[in-house]
Amino acid sequence: MIRFDEVSKRYPGGKEALSRVSFELEAGEMAFLTGHSGAGKSTLMKLIIVMERPSQGQVFLQGTNLNKISSKQIPAIRRSVGVVFQNHQLLFDRTVFDNVALPLTIAGYKYRDVGRRVRAALSKVGLSDKEKQYPVTLSGGEQQRVGIARAVVNKPSVLLADEPTGNLDPELSKEIMDLFHQFNQVGVTVMIATHDLGLVARMNRKELQLDHGHLVLAGSGSK
Amino acid sequence: MVTNSSGATVAVTDARGRLSSWVNNHRQVARESLASVLEAWVTSLMTWLVIGIALALPIILYLMLDNVAEISGDWDGKPRISLYLKEQVSESDARRFAKELQATDEIESAIFISPEDALLEFQAMSGFGDVLNTLDENPLPAVIEIKSAGDDVSQLRLQAVSLNDNELVDSVTFDLEWIERLFALLKFGERLVMAMSFVLGLGVLLIIGNTIRLAIENRRSEIEIVKLVGGTDSFVRRPFLYLGLWYGLGGSVIAWILVQGSLLFLSGPVEILAQSYRDDFALSGLGFVESLIVIATGSLLGVLGGLVAVSRHLNQIEPE
Repeated sequence: MIRFDEVSKRYPGGKEALSRVSFELEAGEMAFLTGHSGAGKSTLMKLIIVMERPSQGQVFLQGTNLNKISSKQIPAIRRSVGVVFQNHQLLFDRTVFDNVALPLTIAGYKYRDVGRRVRAALSKVGLSDKEKQYPVTLSGGEQQRVGIARAVVNKPSVLLADEPTGNLDPELSKEIMDLFHQFNQVGVTVMIATHDLGLVARMNRKELQLDHGHLVLAGSGSK
Repeated sequence: MVTNSSGATVAVTDARGRLSSWVNNHRQVARESLASVLEAWVTSLMTWLVIGIALALPIILYLMLDNVAEISGDWDGKPRISLYLKEQVSESDARRFAKELQATDEIESAIFISPEDALLEFQAMSGFGDVLNTLDENPLPAVIEIKSAGDDVSQLRLQAVSLNDNELVDSVTFDLEWIERLFALLKFGERLVMAMSFVLGLGVLLIIGNTIRLAIENRRSEIEIVKLVGGTDSFVRRPFLYLGLWYGLGGSVIAWILVQGSLLFLSGPVEILAQSYRDDFALSGLGFVESLIVIATGSLLGVLGGLVAVSRHLNQIEPE
């Protein structure tokens, strides 16, 4: 599903965010991306949705070599991957409903289908009653959950999450993690970047640990 | 619904569903962009006024040319010769001469205008009436207005020369020169209108382009997010193209009002002037079809202006 082949990313100015990272995440797997802040977790995720291109090496997504795609093909790639961003990236002048519906609107779903799916996604994250509100009226945690709903609304086969539980209290964190677990159960490939090592230990999944751009651990949990 | 290899279900949208949601999206985007234009109505009004003026100028010029061409078009190809008679010629001799001329084949009509009639006509037309009243005597000569039967220029010149030789005639002018000059002027005017239209059209494009560039800048973060979530270029572009449409449409409506208003304002004096040449002349403005063309052109320019802006500026906005 996701394969990195000797991928390095160097930024102008000499900083090497990733060094010769190689790993493979198979379809239906769930993995945690761990490492200190600045280790390269966000960079790695950016490469998967072609926000950046690698300086060296190749990134494969669902069999497609991302180095070979043109900029016109990037939107389609991004639509096939659900991403939960660290700073949620919501449209503040639109309702929660419109925010969650955005991927569906872009993809051209019928209005009725859009409604159905948005409500399903919102109920999954526990925000059904906030449909008509604006993100500015929501708490940080609620905004985060809207982001999650948007990421899963068009049922992508790959889900990336960058610190999804960062703004949430432990109880909510667990709920969200259960959600990711559920998505994984139906076959979605999930990668979660997180600081929360306790969480990683609890979930007992494959762990990809980055240290200053190097992949130092590609351990699989016992699952 | 289709199950892909990893077991997750992937929904497939059919062609008809996609078409209807595309239409819906267009409707929604059109509505929202119109709402944003109307909300900032002061700025929008100023933009509309500038565009309206820019579009109105060449249109008014074009219409004036059109109307002038129509006036001169009444000359039905048959040029006129004016015979200015010598002072000492009696009225009866002059009238007899005119009758003789009328009888010849080469001449379609010969009309005698006495000095008194000429003065009256001149007073009515020129507005110099008061000045003329201060003169002791009538300076105008008697005239025989001849309408030539043929429109061959060389024939006409021969005719004019031979008439000039007649002992009753003081001098001859023929309107062909005047018409040739008029047509040359009209041609120049046409070129002027074309050049003006081109330059002003470009100006409208740039004004709209700039206004939309500002709109793009203001919605930068929104554009980044939509691109991040996988919005295609045409999806991202759409609201801005509609903005261009609304600006162009509003501008062309203002242009229409300015044009019709100007023509109304001008029509009084112009019609008085023109009716000395023609009985039934009325200033023609923009008809129904022409009005639609104006509105359509303005709207098209608006969309083009939007295209210019988005193609230059949207690509520069990428999420990071």
